[in-house]
Amino acid sequence: MDNIKCKNCKKKINEERFILNLWVCPFCNYHSYISARDRVQITIDDGSFTELGSNISSEDFLNFYDSKSYSTRLKEAKLKASLEEAIIVGEAKIKNYAIALGIMDFSFMGGSMGSVVGEKIRIITDYSIEKKIPLIIFCASGGARMQEGVMSLMQMAKTVSCINRIKESKIPYFCVITNPTSGGVSASFASIADIIIAEPDALFCFAGPRVVKQTIGKDVPSDFGTSERDLKNGQIDIIAGRSEIRDTLAKLLKLFKDSIKS
Amino acid sequence: MDLKKLNKIPKNYFKEVMASLSKLEKLKKVHFFSGIHFTDAEKELAKKIENYKKVEREAKKVWKIVELSRDENRPQCLDYIEGIFKDFVQLSGDRITGEDKSIISGIGKIEGTTAAVIGNNKGKDTKQRVQYNFGMSIPQGYRKSQRIMRLADRFGFPIITFIDTPGAYPGLEAEDDGQAGAIAKSILLMFEAKVPIIAVLIGEGGSGGALALAIGNYVMMLKNSTYSVISPEGCAAILWKDPSGSKLAARALKLTSKDLLRLKIIDKIIHEPMGGAQNNPKRMVKIVKKYIQEALGKYKGIPGEELKMQRARKYESMGIFKSS
Repeated sequence: MDNIKCKNCKKKINEERFILNLWVCPFCNYHSYISARDRVQITIDDGSFTELGSNISSEDFLNFYDSKSYSTRLKEAKLKASLEEAIIVGEAKIKNYAIALGIMDFSFMGGSMGSVVGEKIRIITDYSIEKKIPLIIFCASGGARMQEGVMSLMQMAKTVSCINRIKESKIPYFCVITNPTSGGVSASFASIADIIIAEPDALFCFAGPRVVKQTIGKDVPSDFGTSERDLKNGQIDIIAGRSEIRDTLAKLLKLFKDSIKS
Repeated sequence: MDLKKLNKIPKNYFKEVMASLSKLEKLKKVHFFSGIHFTDAEKELAKKIENYKKVEREAKKVWKIVELSRDENRPQCLDYIEGIFKDFVQLSGDRITGEDKSIISGIGKIEGTTAAVIGNNKGKDTKQRVQYNFGMSIPQGYRKSQRIMRLADRFGFPIITFIDTPGAYPGLEAEDDGQAGAIAKSILLMFEAKVPIIAVLIGEGGSGGALALAIGNYVMMLKNSTYSVISPEGCAAILWKDPSGSKLAARALKLTSKDLLRLKIIDKIIHEPMGGAQNNPKRMVKIVKKYIQEALGKYKGIPGEELKMQRARKYESMGIFKSS
């Protein structure tokens, strides 16, 4: 296998070693991008995933085009990410605890949230409430999808309403923040979870560092918006390395298990 | 002119079409004098130019609305409060860390009913605009708004919101203080409340900052107000990689009241006095008052649980996608 270069420390890493280390740099602990499908593999019990809502797909209902049309961008994204949308949802098990799971993928149009992401979150919250199983969502998103205009903004409202019903049903909802999570996703379902876990050095903010720098007219601290800074500021509960997330979630599932009324 | 290249879909469509526009004009003249007919490729190009001209005309029209929505002489939140609510008492502070003046909140009487009022205020001159931070809020503002919403919910006061903001303030302290969570919690509270919520977009409805006040049983937009997922300038910077694309972005984003009514994202368009609200602010306030009274009437006597359900159903059904 080939060597690859760490995006952070630029050191060469043997690809096999890199993958065995869950796409985390063995030298500097930089958590690289991981696809939604790979995330499913490393997080849940083998073969326990059943996908839901795979029959819906995005539509270019505003005929949006800049240098490319939204339809073209969708086609390209599907090929690039080998996914139908920026999120996959389904039922799964972690150490035998049944969960409703959603995993976002940043490589599909920057993990942006449009109508389909919103609808899939509705599908998985409904499933979670119906089956009385905890909801876990892994976030990775640049925010709302501009190509669907205000309809994308409305997905923030839609997903928050779904989470409100989860809360009222007293079903636990955990969120895992991965790099990066910002804009419309951070300002909706991501930050109202019962427990927020984040990967190390993951950007989790509303406005990104570039926009803030432009607004205030000076440099932002090097740790701006990172999970470490968020933890210090009281915005998240736990920072967990990629290899610890499964165990952390299992522990929480165990602690919450008896509280769910059947 | 390389017509073959132009007939593929050029990477930079508009720029290339614009550049070739003048060339075509020259070409037309040559044809006119020589009597040579247009080739198919040239006809195709002419069609593209026509199309572009149409897009540009539309973009100009939309941009006019964007400018109107930002006009500093339009009535602002404080004007509506003064003209609509009797015995208004302004309430301040988030009771945690501070007071954000960019959001005005309080309680007052409308049609004999006590209502809670929350709105963005931009300010009318430089001094005021600085004081109100140009209508851009920080977490303290959203938390204050949440406090007033909870108060309204407990005492059964309907909530009326006036939205006019370029967006949430993108500052370092705001981020450190949890801007994302503050907006999300405001939205969440608007789904929890068991009182009627009437939202009125009076000027600029800028992304998440606007949405934090805009979850309503009934959402109305002034004819020349806008409501957008991102500012046209921001969108142009990202997608067109050029701020001059703002007008084209404004058109593409479908941010006008007419577009949003068609998409069923808002419930009603409020007409404005001739030429726009800025021409007759007093009249505008009166019109808005009438619409708010009508909207409140619709929800009188409806149980709180049902009001809450209606909001959840309305927003959860939003979205357009293909299903196979």
